[in-house]
Amino acid sequence: MKEFKTIAPGEELLNVENVTLRFGGVKAITDVSFNIKKGEVRAIIGPNGAGKTSMLNVINGFYHPQEGRITYRGATRSKMRPHVAAAQGIARTFQNVALFKGMTTLDNIMVGRTLKMQKPFFWHVFRHGPAMQEEIEHRKFVEEIIDFLEIEHIRKTPVGKLPYGLQKRVELGRALAMQPELLLLDEPMAGMNLEEKEDMCRFILDTKEQYGTTIALIEHDIGVVMDLSDRVCVLEYGLKIADGTPEEVKANQKVIDAYLGVAH
Amino acid sequence: MLSGGVTANVALKKWVLQKKRTLPVETDLGRARVSQDVTANLDTFPKWLQHHERVRPNRPAMRHKDLGIWREWTWAEVAHIVRSYALGLMAHGVQRGEKIAIIGTNRPKLYWSIMAAQMVGATPVPVYADAVAEEMAYVLDHAEVRFACVQDQEQVDKILSVDDRLAAIQMVFYDEPRGLRDYDHSRLQPIDEVISQGEAMTLSDPAAFNRLEAAIREGKGSDISVMLYTSGTTGRSKGVMLSAQGCINAARDTVKFDKLTEDDQVIAYLPLAWVGDHYLNYAQAMIAGFTINCPESPETAVEDRREVGTTFAFAPPRVYEGMLTRIMIRMEDAGALKRGLFHYYMGVAKKWGEKILNGESVPLLARLNYALGEALIYGPLKNVLGFTTVRVAYTAGEAMGPELFAFYRSIGINLKQLYGQTEAFLYVTCQTDNAVRCDCVGPAAPNTEIKIADDGEVLYKSPGQFVGYFKEPEKTAETMTPDGYVRTGDAGFFEKDGQLRIIDRAKDVGKLKDGSLFAPKYIENKLKFFPNIREVVAFGQAEDNVTVFINIDLTAMGNWAERNNVSYGSYQELAGHPQVYEIIAGHVAEVNRQLADEPMMSRSQVHRFLILPKELDADDGELTRTQKVRRSFIADRYDPLVKALYDGSEMADISIEVSFEDGRKGKIEGRVKVMDAKTFPASAVKAA
Repeated sequence: MKEFKTIAPGEELLNVENVTLRFGGVKAITDVSFNIKKGEVRAIIGPNGAGKTSMLNVINGFYHPQEGRITYRGATRSKMRPHVAAAQGIARTFQNVALFKGMTTLDNIMVGRTLKMQKPFFWHVFRHGPAMQEEIEHRKFVEEIIDFLEIEHIRKTPVGKLPYGLQKRVELGRALAMQPELLLLDEPMAGMNLEEKEDMCRFILDTKEQYGTTIALIEHDIGVVMDLSDRVCVLEYGLKIADGTPEEVKANQKVIDAYLGVAH
Repeated sequence: MLSGGVTANVALKKWVLQKKRTLPVETDLGRARVSQDVTANLDTFPKWLQHHERVRPNRPAMRHKDLGIWREWTWAEVAHIVRSYALGLMAHGVQRGEKIAIIGTNRPKLYWSIMAAQMVGATPVPVYADAVAEEMAYVLDHAEVRFACVQDQEQVDKILSVDDRLAAIQMVFYDEPRGLRDYDHSRLQPIDEVISQGEAMTLSDPAAFNRLEAAIREGKGSDISVMLYTSGTTGRSKGVMLSAQGCINAARDTVKFDKLTEDDQVIAYLPLAWVGDHYLNYAQAMIAGFTINCPESPETAVEDRREVGTTFAFAPPRVYEGMLTRIMIRMEDAGALKRGLFHYYMGVAKKWGEKILNGESVPLLARLNYALGEALIYGPLKNVLGFTTVRVAYTAGEAMGPELFAFYRSIGINLKQLYGQTEAFLYVTCQTDNAVRCDCVGPAAPNTEIKIADDGEVLYKSPGQFVGYFKEPEKTAETMTPDGYVRTGDAGFFEKDGQLRIIDRAKDVGKLKDGSLFAPKYIENKLKFFPNIREVVAFGQAEDNVTVFINIDLTAMGNWAERNNVSYGSYQELAGHPQVYEIIAGHVAEVNRQLADEPMMSRSQVHRFLILPKELDADDGELTRTQKVRRSFIADRYDPLVKALYDGSEMADISIEVSFEDGRKGKIEGRVKVMDAKTFPASAVKAA
């Protein structure tokens, strides 16, 4: 296992260098490089099919790129593995909610604590002795998240019964339960109404402030992206076409063309 | 299995409580009859707090569900915290007599803020937590508030956004630190810090401690204990000043009336700024020494009530209505057996339940069947609603439908009505345990005198009666009669059994063009008893006949739409649906039939109606914060629609500005259909 370092705020937490990802003959990502600094909100935007979700999948090791290198917390490798990513503090939410529908909100978030469970499996089977003690500590942490996300009223509701906006919130809760270093959010606001979006923005900002989590997010609502993020990376057809602060990106001609279309 | 355990637990609690009640209960008030009343000289709430600290130091005074667990504070702990808090406030320069704003939902720290303010001799001014910044600015400015104790970032933000208009404000204390870390803290401080500052002073600064003790002793019954702003049904809200002695006398009377003891439990979920919360929860707890339970969040109040097993409950009719609607919707989804059982036993309850509750004679077989129903249906139902241990439940504020009222009473919940006002410090009338009827609000409350003026207005003198409106002596004078009675502004009369019946706001009772009586609220309430109708606004003053605006209830109508495959994209679309119009027309016709039966009201039948394309909302100023319709405001705002009601047109266009929850403005436009209602000749009904 490689050495992972503790990164100070403002330093580079993740660096993606010249990554290319191919599915057969299709190039999903072509030679993309960018970095994420500790403590920032980093947005990845781009039109449909630009390779945004693929990029997140590369970061947390679900896809393995054919070329390029990923440096996370000082350790460089050509591909990330999902379990290493999870163990080293990369958590994510999904574009289409991926919760256990039959389980309650509380249980779903408790799942996020699985990797933090230390006590022997034997005790956990009987939910007794040291395992019980451990569970109480984890439950306390989960309750703080429930309080943080203001979902007390649905604590014991099976998530399948919940409206979409709340499910998204529960999913964020599960990711937060992992106490992630880097939180990857794949379209956290898709399909939400204005009020739900505003709530979600507030939770994202509060997460950054309260837990000091670094956040990388994909989002289509440009207004939200520009308000929330410190830096924005723009992809189009698998290529990076712009990178910088929201103001810089907004002024970039290539970005304007990509979004508004251009007469050839 | 788990829910079975909970049921058993609650049942056990109830049994224990009943046992305790059958024994001679040794309360302070009970003891008073035997020996010298130790509480007779306690004329302020801080003195009562010290009294409870002496008499019942280890009884729970307050609970709060936090992080999923109930935290508990005993009277001794609360007294200690409040003293520390008060010392901290004194260190900040809080003066005797000044006003301190309290803004937020029901949380222990905000109740302690009220107690601490009173301990220093300052007057707490609770403000509605959901008030927009504009309304809040008015109250804070009018009350000349220098200090505010608030719940969270939301309230801090609101105060900061109107900062330029609040010259007086010096310090804002907050409960929840979340999101506030990066704020400029020169004028912000966590409440916890104020308390710990004060706690340190208890040890290090005996002089300050003595000053506080002196401040408590100095407090007297004539001090203004609290200032509550009226909801402002008509115009700007007014600051109602209530004296300490008045508050205490009133609360003592009702504590005795409903036999409340230190064993009682209440759940505090009503707005802090509303007289109901300050009276029923705060004042009564401070007298009887019972426990105030603060829910985890406003949404969890029902679940939390069930967990603590409250014994004294209050809710406005719409809460009871909401609960019933939810039960009915869920029963529709239940299996055939359960649904059959439910409907059968609801029938049994309807027939015998109220009689059993009122102590009338009921055949043995019916009693046995009812007992079986209790085991199968009513008991579990009450458990789900959190009413298993409830001994006394009140409702007030609006008229309650007879069926709704009967439902709760028939399953064995002792639901009663009271009638009150902020100016009275709540109680004007209340019903006794075995004389309850839904169309009246009961005889005069203990030590309260009621008189009906010549024009039908209800006047009263009560122990909790207010001292006056803050900075508005002319309005105070308008409200008082020369002989010292307070005008309620409501018109009503006494029934034969001595219960008061309220018809409407006195100034709203008008006349149609032909001179016959027009009581808009009476008509509105009759329509609102239908679950499909949420809100109604009636017109008719100096017109030929009565017409109404109707707001449909989205939960009930939406459920109907789902069952009948009616698709709709928005409230507006559903409201304009022809089938919805038909259903509502049926309801209107039913009300007209009832009205035709009443000699006084037969001319008040609804001739035309329309369904509004938008829900009436307090944010648009159409309702007050306590959800009462502001009729004249609505008439102005929807003027084209009102005209259409009277000019015979079938359609009307409307375009109005609305504000969204995030404060942005938008526009609603559309065509609204106006429909003629079926009316009945007064005589025809009698002939039929």
